[in-house]
Amino acid sequence: MTQTPNDQVVNAEPVEMLLNMGPQHPSTHGVFRMVLWVDGEKIVDVVPHIGYLHRGSEKLCEGEQFNQVITLFDRMDYIANFNNEHIYCRAVEKLMGLEVSERSEYIRVILCELNRIASHMLFIATMGLDAGAMTPSMFCFRGRERIQGLFESVSGARMMHNYFRIGGLKEDVPDDFVKQVKEVLDLVKQDTEESDKLLSFNEIFLARLKNIAVMSAEDAVDYGLTGPCLRASGVDYDVRKASPYSVYDRFDFDVPVGLDGDCWDRYYLRVQEVYQSIRIIEQALEQLPEGDVLSSLGRRLLRPPAGEVYLRAENPRGELGVYLVSDGTDRPYRVKVRPPSFCNLSALKHMLKDAWIADSVVILGALDIVLGEVDR
Amino acid sequence: MPATVLLAISLTDFIWLVVGLFIMFSVLSIVVMSMIWLERKLLGRLQLRLGPTRTGPMGLLQPVADAVKLILKEDIIPASSEKAIFWVAPIIVVISAFMIWVTIPGTQSAVIQNLDMGLFYIIAFSVVGILGLVLAGWGSANKYGTLGGLRAAAQLISYEIPIIMVAISVAMLAQSLDLREIVNQQDDYIFALVQPLGLILFFIAGLAEVGRTPFDIYFAESEIVGGPFVEYSGAHWSVFFLAEYINTFAIAALTVILFFGGWSGPLLSGGWEIIWFLVKVYLVILVIFWVRGTFPRLRIDQLMAFAWKVMVPLSFLSVVMTAIYQFYEWPAWTLTVMSSAGLLAVGFLIYKRMTGPSKLVADVRRRQEALEVSRRANGQAGGN
Repeated sequence: MTQTPNDQVVNAEPVEMLLNMGPQHPSTHGVFRMVLWVDGEKIVDVVPHIGYLHRGSEKLCEGEQFNQVITLFDRMDYIANFNNEHIYCRAVEKLMGLEVSERSEYIRVILCELNRIASHMLFIATMGLDAGAMTPSMFCFRGRERIQGLFESVSGARMMHNYFRIGGLKEDVPDDFVKQVKEVLDLVKQDTEESDKLLSFNEIFLARLKNIAVMSAEDAVDYGLTGPCLRASGVDYDVRKASPYSVYDRFDFDVPVGLDGDCWDRYYLRVQEVYQSIRIIEQALEQLPEGDVLSSLGRRLLRPPAGEVYLRAENPRGELGVYLVSDGTDRPYRVKVRPPSFCNLSALKHMLKDAWIADSVVILGALDIVLGEVDR
Repeated sequence: MPATVLLAISLTDFIWLVVGLFIMFSVLSIVVMSMIWLERKLLGRLQLRLGPTRTGPMGLLQPVADAVKLILKEDIIPASSEKAIFWVAPIIVVISAFMIWVTIPGTQSAVIQNLDMGLFYIIAFSVVGILGLVLAGWGSANKYGTLGGLRAAAQLISYEIPIIMVAISVAMLAQSLDLREIVNQQDDYIFALVQPLGLILFFIAGLAEVGRTPFDIYFAESEIVGGPFVEYSGAHWSVFFLAEYINTFAIAALTVILFFGGWSGPLLSGGWEIIWFLVKVYLVILVIFWVRGTFPRLRIDQLMAFAWKVMVPLSFLSVVMTAIYQFYEWPAWTLTVMSSAGLLAVGFLIYKRMTGPSKLVADVRRRQEALEVSRRANGQAGGN
């Protein structure tokens, strides 16, 4: 039997137990598997296993035409589809030097931020469930449902929208889009406030999350954490601010930053990001220009010139990077994705040091991974 | 000689006992079904859902459908389990749950077998259920099950102590362990008025005793996936489920009997008093469900710390206060004052702890604003 070092045990048989958590476990957020060495209720060591959802998306991209790849990007981070589509489309546009109309770029940003809210709401819901609170999840799912209803009216699909196109959008949004978004935003704000009041400062919830898995700013940077997990540790880094892409430089919004770098900060930061996303959307709706949504070039079979491009964007989970190589044909030569979930997951072993079994669920939940993106 | 003992019970008494037990089983099954329906409906309403609607009017037949489904399901016994223990564990749990009800009175006469040592008997039997949970966890040869069984043992034994101490202080007040006598002693004033501290302690420890949120740690679904019940399915699992709800009902009934004057109430008399009893019990149950819909779950170390650092000292305090009150034969309101003072002291301490979060909020906001200001200043300097 393999043994892991444990200074506590003197003159005794090893008391560690190997606990296999996942791939079928309600709180591993998909098909993630942790092999935990536990000493009673304490975690001694952990070996994470990934790959149960590997579909070879990056390789599949090489066999598809540039416009068909969008569907594959939808299925990577399946909680934030629009954000994934956005970065891929921007990458190809940059490769081709394609100008995108203002209107379509604004609509893209509105949809991306709505998707960020939806993703964070799912996070708040599952965070509550991981800690054992059932009711906040329902409040959040109601808000997410409203956003998905909006997505359906825009793109025809609640998830896997396939709505962005290289050079713009598939089609223009419905006539009452602005009115719909405003209505949804008001309700979503209420939903978030409700679950915030119920959960965030609950004594038990704080006891479960505060000072759990503390990551110092140095550690967070060393492990390559991005997104809310990095900002919770006090590092003020958001791609939307650090190197503004799309039309993000035209909006006034704040980047919430955590203070202690524990699980509760990771949770509360996302709650605050929901409010910031609402601010962005409200400004974008005011500035929304009229015009065409798809450039005429985008309607044709795309053959970008040979070359390579790397782009990054702020996804709900962190910094998503896309590296794209074209050899001048109608299909990409190579697509490489830097998934934020995967990089954030690498800090799991560090975080689970000296944790309790019950903490492991909360810590994994606060990382907010999507296995579709981790395994691709 | 066993034969003479058997003969000492007359045949009619024996038949009545069997009939009484049969009635108890049926009534408890109906009560459990009503609780399942109530819980699903209430949780649904709390969570912006409707709860069951399709089975019968207002989903009233949902528990029946659940029961039929569970009984028809295949009863899987894992190959590596200790078959005998695996099989017998749910029976231990459910029998101890049922046996408690033998001596819990619904009214003055609605009781199978009233015992002079009723309270003692109930506490003794409620410990037997723990054995069943530990055996279920260990016998199913599953690590989650083992963890859950050990958690159950630690949790239930820890919270048994406050329950016993509070029960002792109530027994001291009533000068009896007979539940009927305890209720009769509350004719003038209910014990909740003289022992508010005891009531709160008993309710919280009771929640932990039946493993309801926020103390549902030994079967925590999101951590150890059901704990001792993880390998159980079909009828065996439904038996655990039954026992859990009967225990919840028993804790609510004991709360009502010990602190809210049982079946005593205005207007009704005789057998009809059971309506008062049921109304009070269901109100307590509604509070239990409400708590379930509101709170997250504690961690095992926090749970144990709460038991040994808060619950046990306070329950001893409640016994000491009752003893002083009884010894000097002070008027009843003095105990109210003492108990309320204890409760207020605890409340103040908890409030001090609860202001932790609000201080935290203020701290977070203040530091974030400072950060914001500095960032704005830097941004303007850089931008211009």
